[in-house]
Amino acid sequence: MGLLSKKNRQLITDPLSDNNPITVQVLGICSALAITAELEASVVMSVSVLFVMGVGNVVISMIRNIVPSKIRIIVQLTVIATLVIIVDLVLKAFAYELSKTLSVFIGLIITNCIIMGRFEAFALGNGLWRSFLDGIGNAFGYAVILIIVGFFRELLGSGTLWGIPVLGDPIDKTGLYAFGYENNGFMLLSPMALIVVGIIIWVQRARSKHLIEE
Amino acid sequence: MEHIELFFKSVFIDNMVFATFLGMCSYLAVSKKVSTAIGLGAAVTFVLAITVPLNWLLDQYILQDGALAWLHPSLVDYDLSFLSFIMFIATIATMVQLVEIIVEKFSPALYNSLGIFLPLIAVNCAILGGSLFMQSREIASIQLATTYGVGSGFGFFLAILAIAAIREKIRYSSVPGPLRGLGITFIITGLMAIGFMSFGGMLTGGDEAPKEVLVQNEGSENENTIGDDKEEIVYEINNDIN
Repeated sequence: MGLLSKKNRQLITDPLSDNNPITVQVLGICSALAITAELEASVVMSVSVLFVMGVGNVVISMIRNIVPSKIRIIVQLTVIATLVIIVDLVLKAFAYELSKTLSVFIGLIITNCIIMGRFEAFALGNGLWRSFLDGIGNAFGYAVILIIVGFFRELLGSGTLWGIPVLGDPIDKTGLYAFGYENNGFMLLSPMALIVVGIIIWVQRARSKHLIEE
Repeated sequence: MEHIELFFKSVFIDNMVFATFLGMCSYLAVSKKVSTAIGLGAAVTFVLAITVPLNWLLDQYILQDGALAWLHPSLVDYDLSFLSFIMFIATIATMVQLVEIIVEKFSPALYNSLGIFLPLIAVNCAILGGSLFMQSREIASIQLATTYGVGSGFGFFLAILAIAAIREKIRYSSVPGPLRGLGITFIITGLMAIGFMSFGGMLTGGDEAPKEVLVQNEGSENENTIGDDKEEIVYEINNDIN
């Protein structure tokens, strides 16, 4: 079997659409909602999860035959917690402002169900390379949703993308604001994240009918 | 008074589910029936009430900057706070297993209703989130930490109970196909979260009190009437949910 055979490629492409961790498997919702008011925070969160998932899946896959199944949960938690501490310290060192914005949500990657869920469902029963692909595949699926939500919330809520104004200046009334457009401050509040994700689920399921429940 | 304030703050204003989105995974997965929702809610409250004070002790006497001074004066320079994630999660995982064993031994009835949820809880973000927020908000004493734990747990309980009741009823409505199940649950939760935001002005003098509420309060005569209003609202909400 080649390193990127068809079966292995599916491990990466499936989570992007029909097996998306957030909208289909319902894993890792908490962080997806809380930090998506800005695009930058969403991207940083996605990269952190990508790192933890990729490395974590490999480590778990390597030790899967040594660890007794009774204590596997606590072993998994230790592995994740160590990786998350690394992420947290790196962020504090190189992006201090951002680590303030993300506050406890970096720590909460530990209990992000997406990570435990993939450990349990995949890394415990599969080899190293496949586990790694599954890890980054799911992290990409997670990232896609986070970035879509972050994009719309920042664009509609504050008229900026990555902190750069794209719709003109709301105070000088330039660009779109000249026609009477206003920022929807509501989009920055946390409940709107839920509604945006709800709409994404709606669109996705309207496109692929087999995901519809009941 | 401090305790009551913190309790209401953690139940309504900083509600685990609606304000900070913690414990969302189990909130969505276990809210199809009211009876299981009650079980999970009770288990979360129980575990939060135990782990938050425990982690408070851990934070205060081991992890904080200079916290080791009680052991030996020369240790005052140590700051172990970077270890807090791993220490908190280890405490939670062990406590959950310990609680499971104790409950199984001494109260089989309680175990039967809570038991299946306890292993789930070790990886519930609400539990770790409770401890991390306790740390970042610098809660002052162990009593307050207990109140905070119970309050946040109760907030989660209310939230999951409310959504389970709604989901049981919504089964009879004709929701558009693609929204059925998960989609509509997200949107309902969003609407409920908007509702809960109006509690933001419930406690006067808080830093999060929005301006509109302050304007409203000018009409009332003194502090007492505000307090009464607050109790009335809480009472009404409790009735509604029940």
